[in-house]
Amino acid sequence: MSLLRAERRRLFKRRFTRYMLVLVLLVLGAVAVGTFATNHKIGPEQIAAAQRQADQEYQQQARWAQQERAACEQAKAAGIAEGRYPADCSMITGPTRDQIDPEWYLPETFAFRKDFEPTLTILAGILALFAFVVGASYVGAEWHTGGMMNLLLWRPRRLPVLLTKLGTLLAALFGLYVGVAAAWTAAFWGIATLRGNTDQVTSGVWQSFALTGLRGFGLVVAAAVIGFGLASVGRHTALALGAAVGVGVVGQIGVGIALELFDVQFFERWLWPSYLRAWMDKQLVLRDYDSCDFSLAGECRPQEFIMTWQQSGVLFAVATAAVLVAAVWTMRRRDIT
Amino acid sequence: MVTRVTSVLEIEGLRKTYRTLRRGPRQALDGFDMTVEAGQVHGFLGPNGSGKTTTLRTLLGLIRPNGGRMRILGHEVPAGLPQVAGEVGAIVESPQFFPHFSARDTLSLLADAGRVPQQRVGEVLELVGLRDRAKDRVKTYSLGMKQRLAVASALLKQPRLLILDEPANGLDPGGIREMRDLMRNLVASGMTVVLSSHILGEVQQICDSVTIISRGRRVAAGPVAEVLAQHSSGGLRVRLEAVTDLPAAAAALTAAGAQVTTHPDHLLVTGVDKPAWVTRTLAEQDLYLAELAPVTVDLESVFLELTGTAPTAGTSRQVDDSVAVAA
Repeated sequence: MSLLRAERRRLFKRRFTRYMLVLVLLVLGAVAVGTFATNHKIGPEQIAAAQRQADQEYQQQARWAQQERAACEQAKAAGIAEGRYPADCSMITGPTRDQIDPEWYLPETFAFRKDFEPTLTILAGILALFAFVVGASYVGAEWHTGGMMNLLLWRPRRLPVLLTKLGTLLAALFGLYVGVAAAWTAAFWGIATLRGNTDQVTSGVWQSFALTGLRGFGLVVAAAVIGFGLASVGRHTALALGAAVGVGVVGQIGVGIALELFDVQFFERWLWPSYLRAWMDKQLVLRDYDSCDFSLAGECRPQEFIMTWQQSGVLFAVATAAVLVAAVWTMRRRDIT
Repeated sequence: MVTRVTSVLEIEGLRKTYRTLRRGPRQALDGFDMTVEAGQVHGFLGPNGSGKTTTLRTLLGLIRPNGGRMRILGHEVPAGLPQVAGEVGAIVESPQFFPHFSARDTLSLLADAGRVPQQRVGEVLELVGLRDRAKDRVKTYSLGMKQRLAVASALLKQPRLLILDEPANGLDPGGIREMRDLMRNLVASGMTVVLSSHILGEVQQICDSVTIISRGRRVAAGPVAEVLAQHSSGGLRVRLEAVTDLPAAAAALTAAGAQVTTHPDHLLVTGVDKPAWVTRTLAEQDLYLAELAPVTVDLESVFLELTGTAPTAGTSRQVDDSVAVAA
């Protein structure tokens, strides 16, 4: 317990942790404020205004069609402007009234049932990034500055020391995630109440949100363990950050371009952001518009490749476990020089 | 009455080979032995790259040995380190701390990790002279202040065995003297101190016993006085009023049975029981002394002789150029 307490103090005493925490809260706050500012409550007044705007649009389109039809007939009588108008000027018609949906002219509104779930992905993504860099820095800086060596002189049990650090990090992230997610939900419930609606938010919807939130926490844990593990293997924060840049930017962009050049079907399946999306959105459907999947009615539909959250979960679990095993192995075996 | 000597630290046949892909294997410790008795300040000396730090790190469980046995306070290490760690304070090589924490925070976190009462933090800060700078961040500290903080961290758990690697590094003369006094006080209170240092004058002043290592093997060990005596020639330095008389004096002393080495301004005479014999022998030849003094050896000269690291004019010694003793 004493080591756990010391590690918790150490984690939150670090300036990097504090600064990153403030930055994360500012970013999340900005997202919430932005959402609030760009959404509006829909009432009879807004619906009437949208109706009026749709009517105006319909009339404008009808006038334009009439003018064009007249111009077509004049040109046809004068025998000019061939190719500009169709052979039959009566084909120039405006839209019917029902083709112009008044909903198009409604301001953005935040429907909690429909719009909250994507914000959980944003929350999980930002907190996962935080978990990765703070996890990497927490152990990387300890190695780099000699803090880990000092600690091992006091507690010469390498694995318990490493795993206590990791446990402290994950416990802190769990607390942070729960607190921030609760505040996030409250904030968006407030936004929906003031600038949208909270209609049809049933217990099933809450359950779905909870599961998405849980998958988000899984992402945060994986990011933290991978960042922590890579920095521990390399004994420097830079190794984890370098690996992230290498895999995240160079690898993904390079691999993406190469696969696209070679016309690999569903090339996105080889890129990890697709797995992130599948994990958070339950599934990701990739479509190949260069191929046909004939239906019974003979209709040509693009071929599909479905990535599920389960597949993503296995991939992330294997990657996380591999990095953790490497960190544990190097901690056990390598000399501390 | 039989006095039973208690060893707080015993190393037998310690071996460590570093392996790198680029440079291949390099033997850092080659059957090294060392014993430190309780209640002493024990000097641990060796040239750069001789294996001192490897030995200390291996003792403390930071490096895995390839062979040999080690015991600290009666416990086999590294297996027994968790049991004994609370009684061993150590600083290894240059002091390293998280630069953005204050000294008080640094020690407080270690105290938490080691189940040491927080009040001890203030005590050790006072002891090493950092009380008034305790709240400053470590990055603002000089090397000497970091060294003091390292010593404070080692003393925090009131160890029975204190291992200090170059504790005087970066300290000003006053700090070196304070460190010396501190070590004396610690030993007086029953602590055993292992001191690795390159300041050999300091080691000679403060240490009761010494182990000298060269290329991974022990080349000398024992009480400081014994090590010095073993390497003392027992010779006499002889100067005459006129330097031109030196050849005649050398001839007279050699003829009388002494071994004489001639230097530009003096003679070094060995194989003589009493200094008065030299006075009498030369006086009989009408040669008169300006100086007759016993040649004393110090730890530095013994160290340089044993490790073969004395500088030679016109050559640049490389770090691995030291004496290797036979297995």
